Amino acid sequence: MLRTPAWKRYNWRVIKLSLAYAVFLLCAVYGFKHHLLSGVVAYIVAALPALPIIGIFFAMGRYLVEEQDEYVRMLMIRQALWASGFALSAATIWGFLESFDVVGHIDAYYIAVIWFGGLGVGSLINKLTVGDGGC
Amino acid sequence: MENRLRLLRAERNWSQQDLGERLEVSRQSINAIETGKYDPSLPLAFRISELFDLPIEDIFVSPSRRSSKAI
Repeated sequence: MLRTPAWKRYNWRVIKLSLAYAVFLLCAVYGFKHHLLSGVVAYIVAALPALPIIGIFFAMGRYLVEEQDEYVRMLMIRQALWASGFALSAATIWGFLESFDVVGHIDAYYIAVIWFGGLGVGSLINKLTVGDGGC
Repeated sequence: MENRLRLLRAERNWSQQDLGERLEVSRQSINAIETGKYDPSLPLAFRISELFDLPIEDIFVSPSRRSSKAI
């Protein structure tokens, strides 16, 4: 693990956004479970948990801009590309399986979860091909 | 890309960490460049060249010249 100053800032952002995600999700679940929300407010509250996740994607972009070590930046870009390919491939395969009623429905936001898992795949591939896992 | 970075560093008794600090990059970056796993950008290649006070082509072996020598 290569812990550069930009990486530490990225980590802090992800921790804060993860906390915001937990709070927004709990609020949304509570609101919908107790039938407190309707109309436009229901749409807004339902979308709230997505915002910190989008924030994490933005934080990744900020990290790539702020990272001064070009080799470490290259490793992270490779990781993100592998994650994107992994998530898109998984979503495409699942979409076809689902449309032919071979498997059940999965909510679309799981693609973000798969993408984060794909970062791990990218790190492993970096380790195997370049010798450094990256961040 | 083949290069003489390890040799130049050893002549000065610098560790990879020392060189990394002088170039403001990680030790892993130095290792990746020395082993030819990563080709530095032109700005970093110039920083390396200025640090060792040598032209870039005295540090890095041009891939085209290397292949023409092989012929």
